[in-house]
Amino acid sequence: MNYKQLSEKLKEKKLAPGHRSCSGCGFPSIVRAILASTDKPVVASCATGCLEVTTTIYPFTSWNIPFIHSAFENSAATIAGAETAFRALKKKGKIKEDIKFIAFGGDGGTYDIGFQSLSGALERGHDFLYVCYDNNAYMNTGIQRSSATPFGASTTTAPAGKVLQGKEEFRKDFAKVMIAHNLPYVAQASVHNIMDLTAKAEKALSIKGPKVLLILQPCTLGWKYPPEKTMEIAKLAVETKFWPLYEVVDGKYKLTYKPSKDVPVTEYIKTQGRFKHLLKPENKALIDKIQQHVDSEWEKLLKLCEE
Amino acid sequence: MSKIKAVTGTGAGAEAMRQINPDVVPAFPITPQTAIMQTFATFVANGVVDTEMIRVESEHSAMSCAVGASAAGARVMTATASAGLALMWEIVGVASGLRLPIVMEIVNRALSAPINIHCDHSDSMGARDLGWIQIYSESAQEVYENSLLAMRLAEKVLLPAMVCQDGFITSHGVENVEVFDDKDVKKFIGEHKYPHSLLNVKKPVTHGPLQLQDYYFETRSQQIPAMDEAKKEYIKIGEELSKITGRKYGYFDEYNMKDADCVIVALNSTAGTTKTAIDKMRKEGKKVGLLKLRLFRPFPYKEVANALKGIKKIAVLDRAVSFGANPPLYGEIKNALYDVNYDGKLHSLVFGLGGRNIFVEDIEQVFDKMINDKLEEHGTVGLRE
Repeated sequence: MNYKQLSEKLKEKKLAPGHRSCSGCGFPSIVRAILASTDKPVVASCATGCLEVTTTIYPFTSWNIPFIHSAFENSAATIAGAETAFRALKKKGKIKEDIKFIAFGGDGGTYDIGFQSLSGALERGHDFLYVCYDNNAYMNTGIQRSSATPFGASTTTAPAGKVLQGKEEFRKDFAKVMIAHNLPYVAQASVHNIMDLTAKAEKALSIKGPKVLLILQPCTLGWKYPPEKTMEIAKLAVETKFWPLYEVVDGKYKLTYKPSKDVPVTEYIKTQGRFKHLLKPENKALIDKIQQHVDSEWEKLLKLCEE
Repeated sequence: MSKIKAVTGTGAGAEAMRQINPDVVPAFPITPQTAIMQTFATFVANGVVDTEMIRVESEHSAMSCAVGASAAGARVMTATASAGLALMWEIVGVASGLRLPIVMEIVNRALSAPINIHCDHSDSMGARDLGWIQIYSESAQEVYENSLLAMRLAEKVLLPAMVCQDGFITSHGVENVEVFDDKDVKKFIGEHKYPHSLLNVKKPVTHGPLQLQDYYFETRSQQIPAMDEAKKEYIKIGEELSKITGRKYGYFDEYNMKDADCVIVALNSTAGTTKTAIDKMRKEGKKVGLLKLRLFRPFPYKEVANALKGIKKIAVLDRAVSFGANPPLYGEIKNALYDVNYDGKLHSLVFGLGGRNIFVEDIEQVFDKMINDKLEEHGTVGLRE
């Protein structure tokens, strides 16, 4: 799909405007791109979180496709139930269409509270795409730390203070956890690179079985930056190798974007208020630690991608 | 033509599931429910049913899959007990809030701690306010028939339903169960037509939206008339089922109640034990009787009150506690009797927690104490000092 085709498909407005996500929020672009990536009808589930809350305030809904929200921790199990119902009813001739199933969740509903539900659904081999819009914290409840929160980021439950400098642990490398499920398709994408994102969604939705897309989604409130900077910051995450874009098809790794030059991670960090304290001279060691981590993870990834 | 099959309570539940032939069954094993899932899995493996079974990784996902499948228009059944029900708690409320007609076999078992695998009703009683229909079963036969009734009822009023049986006592005891003709049952159960299916891609519906102060109250309140409707439909559907089975499906069964001075109110298998005690005591000329409640949610207050108002002495047997409050069944009976200005003696007895046995002699003692005005207002049966 090229830009022109994508813009045509976006006219279908499967996620209608008028929802109440923040100005500068990344997920409407993500959801629209995903839903534009297939011509087949889609049924979606969504975990409790920003996406669900801002798009389904009764008596309104932004979803022009069948949609279900059950709870925070069971988006994958819910879609697994719907997908199984589809197979059961199709077998009995009660359903004619071919339908795609997509489960959405934030990093809280994916990395943390929804992890078991997701892992179980993947292992059972349901034919669905799981999409995590990863904004690095529990944003819907007010920017609390998650296992996707990066080292050093200040959140309301692990704030930077006089003694502590934000989160003390590195984030969970969730793509690795997903890859360990031996899935036909796992990829990392970013909201700023919509063509890469769409290509990945198209590919994923053409494959039978459980697929996972992890998409970085800067959050203007949680990351503390002006709303117009969302795409720029997402791009910096990729250029600094903080969030590499790659895919794993049947266990084979491929880098889908390789930054042309080495951009230090500080360039990414300095754009966001959540890392502000790290820029103090006395915290240079923490920045160095982040850079070392990014470098070593990148090297490992390059080897896996045979680059 | 019906057949007699020697099956356990879990086997009876599985037998009903075989005949209902649900589209989707998500399930996770837990003692003493496991045999339902295992028996049903053999039906699936042998092509006896064409159900898609989901062997989930937890009860939480069992109920979550049930919600997704039911919202997609599938006929859905599952089964659980004790900790399994406790783990799925949040989604049990989602199922009723979304008005999904899921039927769940409950094999009653004590809740932790201490951990215990045997029967009491703390699991389903704890879930009594989650918006599900609850039907209790004395025997394997009743488990089977109640399951058929529950499926029709749930789909008629769009509320989920639990069919309860006593763990081990009923679930693992072999009984002769009369199983009715597959064709008759299939006709009785009928086709499931869910009006808001997720799979109807031409008419997309948003299930489970956010409702705040402006709408939540109205939406939630719709479950109240739905329960009233369930109470009416329970009788109507029961009458239809009677045509196949020849048995009656009242809100409760009255056993030797007509001239009784002393009556026990009980649920599930304890009703059977009580009947044996009554048979023995009646021969001794003692006017004792039983009210065995079948339908606990919705609760038939008016009908129960009318049945009990003329009884001089009543003992309500609860196999569950509500810590710091009246036990669940006793509380409801007391509520019901308030409306008829009951002036007899009402007793509350807690018994059998964690599978502590209750024997015919225990029931006889309760009746004898009641007859001689020696029974305490609030007491226990079988608890060591």
